[in-house]
Amino acid sequence: MTDAALTMPRRAFIQRHPAVLVFLACLALFTLAVTLLAEGTGTGVISTSFVKTLGKTLCLCLVALAMDLVWGYCGILSLGHMAFFGLGGYAIGMWLMYARTEIIVAESLAQAPLPPTPDEIRDGIATQIFGVVGASEFPPIWALAHSLPLQLAAVVLVPGLLALVFGWLAFRSRVTGVYLSILTQAMTLALALYLFQNDSGLRGNNGLSGLQNLPGLGDVPQSTVSMWFFWASAVALGAGFLLCTWIVSGKFGSVIRAIRDDETRVRFLGYPVEAYKLVIFTVTAVIAGIAGALYYPQAGIINPAEIAPIASIYLAVWVAIGGRGRLYGAVIGAAFVSLLSTWFTGGQAPDIPLGFYTIKWVDWWTVLLGFSFVGVTLFAPKGIGGLFDWIADKRSPDRHGADLGPDQGALREQEAER
Amino acid sequence: MWLWLSRLSVCFGLLVAHPAMAQDPGAPIQMLLQEQGEVIAKSSRRTIGPAIDALANSGFAEAQTVLERWQDKAMWVNEETGLFVFAEEIDRDTIRIFDPADGSEIGVVPDDDYKQLKPNSGIRGMIAAALVQFQLGDPDATVRATALDAIERDPEPAHLMALRAAGEETDPALLVRKARLERLLTIRFGASEDARIEAIQSFAGDLGVDVRAALNPLVNTSLRVAEAAPEDAARVLAPGSEALPKDQAYDLLVSEALAPPPLAPDAKRQALIDNSDGSAVAGIAVASLDTEAARDLAYAALVEQGLAEPAATGLEIETALERFVFFEIYTGAPVAVALAAQEALDAIEAKVALNQAADLALDAISLASIYFLAAIGLAITFGVMGVINMAHGEFIMMGAYTGFVVQQVVPDYTLSIILAIPIAFAVTFAAGVAMERLVIRWLYHRPLETLLATFGVSIALQQIAKNIFGTQARPLTSPGWLDGSLVFNDIVSISYIRIAIFVLAILFLLLFLFVMNRTRLGLEVRAVTQNPRMAASMGINPDKINMLTFGLGSGIAGIAGVAIGLYAKVTSEMGADYIVQSFMTVVVGGVGNIWGTLLGATLVGTLQKGIEWLNPSNTLAAQTYMILFIILFIQVRPRGIIALKGRAADA
Repeated sequence: MTDAALTMPRRAFIQRHPAVLVFLACLALFTLAVTLLAEGTGTGVISTSFVKTLGKTLCLCLVALAMDLVWGYCGILSLGHMAFFGLGGYAIGMWLMYARTEIIVAESLAQAPLPPTPDEIRDGIATQIFGVVGASEFPPIWALAHSLPLQLAAVVLVPGLLALVFGWLAFRSRVTGVYLSILTQAMTLALALYLFQNDSGLRGNNGLSGLQNLPGLGDVPQSTVSMWFFWASAVALGAGFLLCTWIVSGKFGSVIRAIRDDETRVRFLGYPVEAYKLVIFTVTAVIAGIAGALYYPQAGIINPAEIAPIASIYLAVWVAIGGRGRLYGAVIGAAFVSLLSTWFTGGQAPDIPLGFYTIKWVDWWTVLLGFSFVGVTLFAPKGIGGLFDWIADKRSPDRHGADLGPDQGALREQEAER
Repeated sequence: MWLWLSRLSVCFGLLVAHPAMAQDPGAPIQMLLQEQGEVIAKSSRRTIGPAIDALANSGFAEAQTVLERWQDKAMWVNEETGLFVFAEEIDRDTIRIFDPADGSEIGVVPDDDYKQLKPNSGIRGMIAAALVQFQLGDPDATVRATALDAIERDPEPAHLMALRAAGEETDPALLVRKARLERLLTIRFGASEDARIEAIQSFAGDLGVDVRAALNPLVNTSLRVAEAAPEDAARVLAPGSEALPKDQAYDLLVSEALAPPPLAPDAKRQALIDNSDGSAVAGIAVASLDTEAARDLAYAALVEQGLAEPAATGLEIETALERFVFFEIYTGAPVAVALAAQEALDAIEAKVALNQAADLALDAISLASIYFLAAIGLAITFGVMGVINMAHGEFIMMGAYTGFVVQQVVPDYTLSIILAIPIAFAVTFAAGVAMERLVIRWLYHRPLETLLATFGVSIALQQIAKNIFGTQARPLTSPGWLDGSLVFNDIVSISYIRIAIFVLAILFLLLFLFVMNRTRLGLEVRAVTQNPRMAASMGINPDKINMLTFGLGSGIAGIAGVAIGLYAKVTSEMGADYIVQSFMTVVVGGVGNIWGTLLGATLVGTLQKGIEWLNPSNTLAAQTYMILFIILFIQVRPRGIIALKGRAADA
């Protein structure tokens, strides 16, 4: 920063970050276009299932924003954010499933000669929900499932508290770099394995299903419900983008970027590094939880496989391909790769006959993704976001010397000596 | 008797008609058979007992042969005379018959008059049991062994006498078995309590399943209720305790007609529905019956009107439970014997627990050696070089699939395993070198990006394996000499494959130590790891050393893949199953130290087995808790069990 910049009066937030305006404008335009073309609200060019795909993609963009904040800006390569995403989904899924089953059970019991007692209703719901895992009683973690406000609080609190406790333990003992990555991956694996058990209280590998039906709104067609969720996802993404921009723009943002580049030096300058990291880790976990709570009602089903470590790796892949260290990069990466992935694995991509072998993209897309990811890491560390720099002719400084930090963004030996 | 005489006369008549059939109907054995003729011909398992016993206890020398032939379905009966003969079928219509009395041939006759006795398997078993007393004295040792088998399978009181009466046993192994069987039967059928108790005490600390099977029925108890507990009650139970919930206790009172039945919610509901006129029950509106309290009130109103049975209230149930004593009494044996059996069982139980602990320890060691095998390649690439290779698990998978392919080409299992090990090493060594040259070389000192790039490789390799080999698990068959297991006793055993994996793990440990500490390569690796520039100025080519080291680590992963493939199924996801545990092993043990990896594997393996033992139904939970423990363990020792000190620690 030059002296002139320091003495200049503070400009408005939007003025300082024109990218926010551009992003919000693009998002608004996109939302408007989808609204006009969708089945529920417009001409019907876009089918309801595709509206759901787009809505889900917006949620994935939101969790990618969180990942970019924690990894691209703070240098913590968390391989556990999809676990927070899944926890958010489970929290809202519990209420959706409970409330809807309650309506169904109440209807069927209303036919009985005696009006049902509260216990009978509760037992009926429990049998409906847990019959599939051979249980007929509510596990303790469902104690709050009847209440929407409490479960909405859980969407924020459960991922947030888990991240807080885990982060506090990990950062306190100075676990950094790849060790932290492996530890977060282990946490994800432990959570997924736990949820896979039938007696975890969340229906084991059956997961929660029927989440696309909103309780009490059985008459509203899915085409309309999908639009509601699409709008909610768009609003959440816009708000998330604003929040993330605000977080990384101020002094706080400078500190977390400094932590990414040289953690020890920041610590020696007197900043409580652990507290900064913990705040970022927890805030992003909460964002991920909210994104999950919006995603799974659109997906309709959640099961422990969604939390498996590979999901979090894909999240890192999206952010890396999009370009980490810039918020729009994460959004572009998530949208681009997940939509492309849907296209390829959905069987819509044309097969390539080679004469002796036909390349079916359903089988080979993952291979292509894996290798292109290696290619991006090696040759284009800035990802798709780098294209914008190239268009704007914004060159990165010519950097020499050995790396000092954990990744490409870190200072190099000769810069540090200056 | 009259019947018998009449048959006799008929049979004399027949003899006259068929002079060739010189059969003596008056032979003692034939007479005995005639006595039991109807029962034998009826051939029903429920009624046949006396007939078999009569034959077995007749004392006739021929009885054994008769029983054996009968068992072999070689005894026929003449449908007219009722006389029994031995017969062998010549063709469909004719049989050759023999006299049961002396085995002499009577002649060849058409089988029209004769009916074959076809004892079913239940009866054959009874005959076999009866034959035991004859077989025990048989000169052929295998026959005597068969007799002991028959007794073990289906012991009877008579066997005890037979065992005691049988002559001196010469075969030492059979002698031991016979003595043990005699004591086991004494426990069950012994004449006096003292003899039974003595036999029970002689088995103190014996781990055999047969002992427990003999003792367990003796300590059977049954729950009783009375005003006061008798002297010989096994134990007194308090209602409401874990062993006897109040519901169950009260149900017992009801079934003994000592108390009125309680009002079940369903019965109450049904009574209310039955007496409902659509809008009200006993004057109470149906719509208001949506709580248990309201339903209780309505039911009380019904009782008042005499429309429903009064039922026991909560207070009545409590008083009734307090008035009676609930206790268990031994039903399997007299109290003294039952107590002795209980004591012996307790002693055995303690010893069983000890042996189970030993078995658990063996399991833990074998799991630890599997983790060690999976992690030793990582100990080189991650521990020594500091390169994090997330595709390590896929190298293990690659090794296992190499083993599978080799087995397709070479059908001999022993040879194919011997071939597979070097081939797997070569394949994964090449893959490792290629990956180091193409990817990792550009990313040294950027560990996070190395992690991501190798993840990309891992995803791609997994999918390629899936595309080539399909999603179903492929078997990697172990050679015959690795089948079966080393059995120490009924509880402690370990399969030979696990022993082989353990030995392989030890071999790798030694190989690692040898390469690192005793060879030129090891020296250069250590030099490059500590200070690449200094090493380069000493004439070492760091690029080449890095490449070779990485290849070595990957190659060992390939061999580990063959070993793991023998023990688990080969799937494209098998690598992913081990990768997190492998990293945990290295991290927990302490990076950069092979002994740390060994300790880490032992800790992780023991822990997982220990947790599985605490909660045997659920291996998923075991893995969950193990990972949680490791996360907490890293709090205590962030640098692992064996932490490097000094300068090397910062490298």
